[in-house]
Amino acid sequence: MAAPPNAIESLLKSTENSASPVIVFDNVSIAFEDKTILDGVSFQLARGETKAIFGIAGSGKSTILKLTLGLLKPDAGHIHVLGEDVTQMSEEALFDLRRKIGMVFQESALFDSLTVRENVAFRLMEEHDLSEDEIERRVRESLSFVELEQTVDMFPSELSGGMRRRVAIARAIVTQPEILLYDSPTGGLDPVTSTTIIELIVKQRDVYKTSSLLVTHRLQDAFTMASHYFDRKSNKMLPLPPGARGEVPMGFLILRDGKIIFDGDVHELAVSKDEYIREFIS
Amino acid sequence: MELTSPADFAKDLVQAVQDYSVLAGRSMSNLFRTPRYFADMTQQADLIGFGSLPIVVLTGFFTGAVLALNSANTLERFGSLSLIGQLVSVGMVTELGPVLTGLMVAGRNASGMASELGSMVVTEQIDAMRALGTDPTKKLVTPRVVSTVFMLFFLTIISDLLGLIGGGIVAQFIFGMDSHQYWSSAWQTLMFRDVFTGLVKPLFFGFIIATVGCYYGMSARGGTQGVGRATTQAVVASSVLILLVDFFATKFLMAIFGYR
Repeated sequence: MAAPPNAIESLLKSTENSASPVIVFDNVSIAFEDKTILDGVSFQLARGETKAIFGIAGSGKSTILKLTLGLLKPDAGHIHVLGEDVTQMSEEALFDLRRKIGMVFQESALFDSLTVRENVAFRLMEEHDLSEDEIERRVRESLSFVELEQTVDMFPSELSGGMRRRVAIARAIVTQPEILLYDSPTGGLDPVTSTTIIELIVKQRDVYKTSSLLVTHRLQDAFTMASHYFDRKSNKMLPLPPGARGEVPMGFLILRDGKIIFDGDVHELAVSKDEYIREFIS
Repeated sequence: MELTSPADFAKDLVQAVQDYSVLAGRSMSNLFRTPRYFADMTQQADLIGFGSLPIVVLTGFFTGAVLALNSANTLERFGSLSLIGQLVSVGMVTELGPVLTGLMVAGRNASGMASELGSMVVTEQIDAMRALGTDPTKKLVTPRVVSTVFMLFFLTIISDLLGLIGGGIVAQFIFGMDSHQYWSSAWQTLMFRDVFTGLVKPLFFGFIIATVGCYYGMSARGGTQGVGRATTQAVVASSVLILLVDFFATKFLMAIFGYR
C-alpha cells in the first residue's frame, strides 16, 4: 500500500496553481562551527508575494537566501524552490534552477573587472542563444528600469553605493526571473537612495508580480512596501488608500535564536502581543 | 593565539587535500562539458604567457650565462672548456629551464590567481556567479589551468633557448670560445630523452601553478587579510610542489628511459 502523501508533497503537487508556494522551507536547520544559525525553520512564500525577513545581525537572514539558491546546504530539512528540492540537487542541476532566480547581494557583488553593460548582460551572454542586438536591448531596458541607462559603459568602481545596488537589481531582473532574493538592498544607504531602491522593489512586485524574499534591517522599508503600491499611470510608488487591507502581497518574517517567531502580514504584526516583537517594531 | 589540536590539524589537512583534488579534477573534467570558455582561455593565455615573457627571458638568459660562467672555471682546470656547451644545454633543457621558468611563473601567476579569485570570494562575486547560473570552476578555473599548462610549455622552450644564448655569449666573449664549437657541442649532446624530460615537466608545473593558485583563491576567507594569506600560501605551496614533483618526475623519467 502506498504511503499517504505528506503535507509538503500535497502542497507541491499543486504547482500549476498560481496560488501555490514558490518557496517552501520544511524544518530546515543549519549550523556553522557548532553554532546553530537556523533551527527547524519552516515557512512558505506564495507566488507573487514579497516576504521581508527580519532579525538581529547573525540571526540567519542571509543564510535563508543562500539556502534558497542552493549556495549552502542545510544540515537537516528540505527546501523546495519552484517545485524542486534544492537540498537533493547536484550543483550542476542547481545552475539550471538558479537561472530562474535573481539575487541582489548585500554589497551588490558586481564583477569589478566588467562594465555595467557586461555585468547586466552576464546571464544573457552565458545563455548563448541571443543575438548581440537583443542582449543590448534587454540590458538597456533593464538599466532604464533602474534609471541608470547612462552608466552602461562605466565600471562598478566608478558608481556610488546606491547606483551599484540599482545595477545589481538590473542584473537580477534582466532575465525576468520567477523569484527575486534581495539581501539588505538598502543597507548603508541614505534615506533618499533607500526610498529609490524600495520603489524599484515595489515596482517589480506590483508590475511584474515577482515573488521575492527581502532581507533587511530597516523596518521602515518593509512598512513602506506594505503601505504603498506602484501606480503604472504615474510611474511612481503611491500610498495605499486609507483603510485598505491586504491590498499588496507583503508578508513579514521575524527570526530569533534560529527560529521563526513571527510569520504574517503587517496588520498581524501591528497587533502582536509578543514582547520581543513589540520591542523590535517600536 | 589559539592552539589547534593535532586531530583538528590532521582533519583540516585531509579536508584541504580533498578539496584541492576535487577542484583539480573538475578543472580537467570541465574540458569535456559545455560551455567551454575559449575567449577566457585566450585572455588568460595572453596574461599568463605574454605577461610572463619578460621575467622568463631574463631568468633564462642570466641562468644560462651564470651556468657557463661558473662551470667554465672548473672545466678550464681540466682543460675541458669545450664541454661548456654540453653542460649548459643539458642543464638548461632538462632541469634549470623548466624549474626556474615554473618558479618564476608560479611567483607571478599563482599569486595573481589567488589574489584575484580570493578578492572575488570575499566580495561575494563567486557566489554571485553561482547565483547567476554559471559554474565558477568552468568560467574561472579551467581557462586558467589550460592556459598555464599551454603557455608554460612554450615559455620553457623560450627560457631554454635564451639560456643557451646566454651561455654562448659568456663562452664566446669571456672565455674566447668559438661560437660554432659551442653551438655544435650544445646541439649534439642533447638527446631525445633530455628534450622529452625538459618538455614534459612544464606540463606538470603549469597544472600545479594554476590549480594551487585557484585553490587558494577559491578557499580564501577573512577579508583582505585572508586574500593576502591565500596569495602567500599559493606561491609557497606551488613552488614547493614544483620542486617535489620535479624530483619525482625526473626519477620516473630516468627509470623509463633507463639512464643515469
